[in-house]
Formats: sequence, C-alpha cells, structure tokens
Amino acid sequence: MRALQVRRTPVKLGMARITSALSPAAAAKVGPLELRRIDDPVRPGGPDAGWQQVHTRLSGICGSDLALVDGHASTYFEDWVSFPFVPGHEVVGELDDGTTVVLEPVLGHAARGVAPPFDGAAPGDGDDYAHLATPSADGLLEPGIQTGFCCSTGGGWAPWFWAHDSQLHRVDMPDERAVLVEPFAAGIHAALLALPTIDGVDDPIIAVLGAGTMGLATVAGLARYVPHAQIVVGARYPHQQALARAFGATVVVADRELLRAVRRAAGCHVVGGQLTSGAHVTIDAVGSNASIGDALAITRPRGRVVLLGMPADVSLDLTGLWHRETELKGAYTYGTETLADGTRPTTFQLAIDTTNHVEAERLLSATYRLDDHVDALAHAATAGRRGAVKIAFDLRNATS
Amino acid sequence: MPRPGFVLDVDRSTPPMLFWRGENFSLEKLPADRTRVIYPPEPLPGIDDVDGAIRNALLNPLDMDPLPALLTPGMKLTICFDDASLSLPKMRRPDTRQRIIEAVLELAAEAGVDDVHLIAALGLHRRMHDYELRHVLGDRIFDAFHPRGLLYQHDAEDYDNLSVIGETDEGEVVEISKRVAESDLVVYANINQVAMDGGWKSITTGVASYRCLSYHHNPATLQNTRSLMDRHHSALHHSLWRMGEVLREHGPKIFTVETTLNTDTFPSPFDFLAKREWEWTAKDRATFLATQKSLDRVPVKMRRKIMHSIESPYRMTGVHAGFTPTVHEKTLENVYAQHLVDVEGQTDILTMGIPYICPYNPEGIMNPILVMCMGLGYLFNMYRGKPLVREGGVIIMTHPTYRDFHSVHHPSYIDFFEEVLPDTTDPAVMSEKWEAKYAEDEWYRHLYRTGNAYHGVHPFYAWYWGAHGQQHAGRVIIVGGDAPTVRRLGFTPASTMNDALEIAADVVGRSASITHLHVPSVLVADVK
Repeated sequence: MRALQVRRTPVKLGMARITSALSPAAAAKVGPLELRRIDDPVRPGGPDAGWQQVHTRLSGICGSDLALVDGHASTYFEDWVSFPFVPGHEVVGELDDGTTVVLEPVLGHAARGVAPPFDGAAPGDGDDYAHLATPSADGLLEPGIQTGFCCSTGGGWAPWFWAHDSQLHRVDMPDERAVLVEPFAAGIHAALLALPTIDGVDDPIIAVLGAGTMGLATVAGLARYVPHAQIVVGARYPHQQALARAFGATVVVADRELLRAVRRAAGCHVVGGQLTSGAHVTIDAVGSNASIGDALAITRPRGRVVLLGMPADVSLDLTGLWHRETELKGAYTYGTETLADGTRPTTFQLAIDTTNHVEAERLLSATYRLDDHVDALAHAATAGRRGAVKIAFDLRNATS
Repeated sequence: MPRPGFVLDVDRSTPPMLFWRGENFSLEKLPADRTRVIYPPEPLPGIDDVDGAIRNALLNPLDMDPLPALLTPGMKLTICFDDASLSLPKMRRPDTRQRIIEAVLELAAEAGVDDVHLIAALGLHRRMHDYELRHVLGDRIFDAFHPRGLLYQHDAEDYDNLSVIGETDEGEVVEISKRVAESDLVVYANINQVAMDGGWKSITTGVASYRCLSYHHNPATLQNTRSLMDRHHSALHHSLWRMGEVLREHGPKIFTVETTLNTDTFPSPFDFLAKREWEWTAKDRATFLATQKSLDRVPVKMRRKIMHSIESPYRMTGVHAGFTPTVHEKTLENVYAQHLVDVEGQTDILTMGIPYICPYNPEGIMNPILVMCMGLGYLFNMYRGKPLVREGGVIIMTHPTYRDFHSVHHPSYIDFFEEVLPDTTDPAVMSEKWEAKYAEDEWYRHLYRTGNAYHGVHPFYAWYWGAHGQQHAGRVIIVGGDAPTVRRLGFTPASTMNDALEIAADVVGRSASITHLHVPSVLVADVK
C-alpha cells in the first residue's frame, strides 16, 4: 500500500532539524517521513489473538508527530519504537464489518499477550513498561509504545493498519469528532492529574498554559470533571482564546498575560518574576523551556506542574522548584482514572463523553490527502498563527 | 499685553491645525465654514520678585494671622506640598514649592520651631522618586530633611498613622494623616495649574486615606461634576468643601499657600506649539516639520524621554496665603484670568489632541486608560457653564493609544485593562463589581506603599474622571490609535481625521458643527 513512513535515517533527521528552523514545509520535504509504497503489514498475532484490520478514515497530526518529522524528537524514544513505522495514532477508522472505531493507541499488555496489571486495566495502565520495549513472544509484534510508532502494526497515516481489540472503541459519532477522541483523552488525563493536589481545596486555581488541541482538551476536561476549579488559560491566538472560553475556562488571557491573570486570581505578590503564591496546579500544554519556566513561576509553593506537552530537551533553573517544593508531573496518554466521586472510568470513556459534549469537531480545521502531506505538516506546524487547531489526513477515499 | 483667548471661525484660507498625538503632533485640515477653533489666552506676565511676593503673602495672609504669629517654639509644624502630578510639564528649577517652603522654614527657624515634618501630599498617586523630590524641593531641603526621616511621602494605607477628624453631614468620614491631624500648624504649599486643584481639595485628597477619598472619587459624584473646573457646579468639590468644613471645625490649623502659574509651557525649540498656526513663520514651520519627522524616526521610548525632559519656563502669576477658602477664591480669580475664553453655544463635534502627559504619568507612559482620562476627564471638563460638545455629540481625539504600560508606576492599570475593561466600561458597574478587589489587593498595596506604583484603585479613579464625558458623548473616536486597544476602551478607531468626521456624521449628521479645543495650552471655555 502507499503510506507515509518514517525510517531511521540520521542524516535526514539532521537535515530536517536544520531546515525546520527555516520552514516546516522544507523539513517535511527533506525529513525522515516519506510517502512510499510499502509492504502490507503482517498481522501481529495469531488469527484468534484479537487483531483487527482498521481502515483509516481520518488520522490527526499531533505535536509528537511533528517533533519526529522535523527531527526534534528526543532520542529517549529510540529504544521504545521500532523502525520503519507508519505514524498516525489519532485515528478514527472502520472495521471490516463497517463498525466505526476510535483507536486507543497504546500497545498495552493485552495486545502483547502479557498479564494486565489489574483486572479491567486500560492499555496505558501499569507501572512497568517492559512489555512496550520487548518483542512479543511470537515475535510478530516489535517494540513500540503506541500504534504509530511500531513497525509491526502500521499506523493511521496509511489506508489501513492492525489494531488489537483492547485498543478499539466503537463509537457512534461523526468522523470529524471521533478523530479528536484520542487528543481529548490525553488532555483529560492531564486535567485529572490535578485532583490529588486540590483535594480539600475550596476554590482551587488551575492554570493552563497553551491552547492548542491539547490545551483546549484539558480545558474541556477540567470544566467537565473538575467543575469547582477556576480555570485560568493563557492562549496566544484569538481563536484559541475564543475556544477556551467556549470550553468552559473561567479566565482567558493572552499567553504573555497569564502570570498576571493567575496573580489576580490568587491575590498574591510578584517577586522577581515569580508569584509568591499562584495556581494550585499548572498544566503546561506547550512543553518548551519557556513554558515550563513560566509554569513553575505561576504555581504556588507545594503545588503541581503537569507537563502535558512533550518537553524533549530543556534547560531550566530548578532553584525555584526546589525552594517551592513544586511537584513536576508528567502526563502521558491515558488509562484508568479516579474521579472526585470515586468512580473509575477509563480516560477514553471520558473523552468520548467530552467530545460529544463540546462538539469537538469544531477543532478540526483542515484535512489533507496523504499526497499533500508536505502541505498538511506545514499547516499543522503553524496551526496557531494560521487560525487553525487540528489538522488531519483524510483517507476516506484512499485506495491501497 | 498678552492677547486674550478667542474663537476662530475656520474658512478656506485657515491653515491646518496643530493636534497633539501623544509624543508627536500632526496638522489637520478642518472643514471650512462649520468649524471653529478655541485658542487659549496668551501667557499672563509673571511676578518678577517671586521670593518677595511669597514672603509678602506669608506676612500678610488672608483671614489669618501672619505666619510668624502662628509659629512658636515647641510647636509641631507640618508642611505638606503638591506631588509630582504638578506642574505639567515639570517647571524649571527652582520649583515654586521650594521657594515657598524655604520661606516658611526660614520663619520657623527664626521662631525657634524645631519639630518640622515635610509630607508629599500624594493621595493615591505614586511615591515620588528621590530625584523628583530634589527637583521639587531643592537639594538644600532634601539633604536637610530626607536623611533624618523628616521628609516623607503620604501613605493612604498606613492606618496606624491615619486619624479620623470627623464626619460631614452626609456621613463622609474625614480621615487624614495622623501627623497632619496632630500638628499645631499645617502649611500647605500648592501649585495651581487648573481650577480643579487647591482649596480644601489639597488636604482632603493629598493626605487622606483611601476610605476618605472613596466618598468623592466615585462614579456617582464624578458623573455629577459639571465641571471639574467649576467648583460651584461640581459634586466632587461640594464633597471636598463639606470635608473642609469638618477640618475647619475639628482639624488642625491650616495655613494654605496657593500659587498660580501662567501658561508659558514650552521652551525652544517647542515654542511654536504656543503660537497660532496662521502666525507661524517660515522658521516655525521648518521647526515643526523637523521636530515631527525627527520624533517619527526615533523609537517611542526615546520620544517619551525627549518629551518628559522638557522643563517649562512657567512664571508665577499670583501667590496668596492664609485661610483656605479665602485664599482659594483669589487663586481661582487668577486661574480664570489666565484660562477663560468666552464661547457662544455648544458644538456637535469636539476635537482635541491628546498629549504625552497627564497628571498621572509624570516621567511615565500615557497608557490607554490615561488617554481616556485625559480626553474625557480633563479636556472634556475644560468648560464652565455647559460642556463644549452637546449631549449626544461626538468627541474626536488624536493619540496613538498604544497598548503600553509602565509596569512600575501602573501595575494595577495593566490588570484593569486586561480584566476589568473586557468585562465592562461602565463606571458604576466596575465600581460595584471590581473596585474593592483592586483596592484591597495586597500586592498593589505593597507596591504603592514601598515602590513607585499608583494605588491599586487608581485606574478606577482615572476612569471615573471621564465618567461625565463618557455619559455625555454620543460617540468617542480616536484617530491614529491602535484599533483593538481603542475598541477595548469602548471607543471607535479611525485612521484619519477625515475618516473620523465621516464616522461622526452617522451620529450628528453631515453638516454638524465642529469645535477644536486648541491644546496647548490650557483654556477653560466659558460656554454661554
């Protein structure tokens, strides 16, 4: 089939890294991603192992995909993925019987034939990731944290790929909404990581830094599942600000104004560019040096900073973190959540509910054919300033 | 003899008019046959022997004993003085306040008074920088008093050092500096540039608490202040005078010294600003063009620095001392003699150029809230009788209205712009919903008390200052302003004066009358 594929080619990664500073389109052209004819992937398990062929309908472009394409992804993942792979983990597709499914991309215990950490565990649960980096016992499933980073399964940027039953959620919603379920799940997971810190706090303040897809999904999750919190959002672009308001943010300001807005909410002082108190929890949906520094500056002592945006290689002065005993918490994907009322739904259940509630398709700004992937990636890399949020590939008329 | 102010009817031969545009200027051709321009009177002659006149006023006061008779050994003497909000621009040294205070200190020394405090009457303004205090008071006074803690700045939030004098019949609590309240004699050294200032206002705002100020600095009072320059028709001044009565009955003995300045504001090379445009010489036109082009070419920070470095060659036109209300009536006579211009009838459209400075940004930035305050607060209120513009008419201002704030001087202004204005531009609503939060914010309080920040509530007061103008005007247009910022203020942006007049036509029609308030310098239109 014809698919977009990433190969481990250090020269191309280097070139992409250099050219991305000039233009996202140039990086897409010279980088490790290529549209080519590839061998159809082999079913990664036996016929009774629960693997399904999923025909891609829409597949989104995520920040982590862009980091990979423009050569900025961390080398951390080199041992957790298997090359060459077809990216695409934000997927709505169709099974052979016509059922619409959304992909929960983590290749978890069930997909790999390993005992789950507890009964009913979601693919992302557990406290040992060995299975992600180890080929399956039958050797048909190579390492890979997710579909879209594993050479055995294929991925969403192709007409079809393999997915395990444990990864599939049957949905009845428009494709344009369904393609946003995965990023919403990630955002909701980050939102719910605020709960332990604000337990027992009457009027908690949660700051969200960044209002791209992930930031907006977080805002929607906070508004729905942490409704008593004041949600203060810093969003760079006017359309992001409008969406953050529509999704339930209490206060929305330009990104450069976030410190002041949090200060106003907390009623504290500013000393040396840091708030003396601040947000109970700050969710950084950007993941840059500057954003993490800003998040630390606006979070109150003994508060929590949740890193939702993939941070990669950052350089930070952590004196403030040490002094303020700030908790730095990563937020990767999803799993089984514990809500304030004690119930334990999976993040994907919550994401399906939330995307329906907010009509998440309004975040889908443009779709492209695989043939136009250079334009698509350039658009995704500059989504904010082009008034867009989510860019996706549309394979509904694609042929193998 | 200086020529009085007058009203010019614009015809086809009238040259373009000078407008301030913040730190720069423009020349605007105004429509013939329906426009008039109100020119201020030329500067009155100043007093030649300033020190002699001050000494004479202290020795021959109005309705009080001469100052030496009030000074006794062992007494507690407090000298209050106007802060950096006056004069605008700052006057050349020696400042009038220095001259007054030196004269008072000389008499106090002769009388053996050694318990003397000097207090900058800030109200809720920012604390002055040391270099500003030196400019106002001179090095001799500063070096003698400041190091010993005897020269300091009023703190409206220091409740341990505030004292309640009493209440007016209307329940307004008069709360002022404890040192002032407990003094045997208070001397107030004032500069009067406009009729709004002076009188009982000096003490009841300058050394008052926030609580005391809130009785008259509020939307209801300011909307009923018709105008700020006419104390007999000003709800603000009625409140201040009620408080003054309480001070007279129950407060310390106050010996007021008020001075008036002429309008000789801009030294060379900016002296063309004071000339009438059709009297500009070739040299004036060349200077204007060179100045305008030069200012255009430098960054805005540099423009500000250039403009704020101007020191005015003002001359003192009068000095009176003694009992506050009596002194103030004399002061008003002098101020009006300099400022009043007779004007027949109101206008449909009022145009005005907004300069780089107002009372709340000495050495700072004319932020968007201050543009509103200057236009709808100060310049709109430059009238006696009736406003220059009719009710429902249009006010057109020229200013860049950049979204720029001085983070040290105006921290709460930034939040006000970001938080309050997107919610409401209605003074009454913001007063009810937001004012207390800003007034009680600990950070703003800290910055006001220990730094050089205006009080947290000050942007509200600046906004209320324009409340009457805002209520009165059918539309406010800013020419040349940053459009989103102008809209945030609740006004309409326009690129050019012609565009603004086109927009105004939707409100007041195509043949609407236009009046241009010629600034500089200062004038008060006596509208019949």
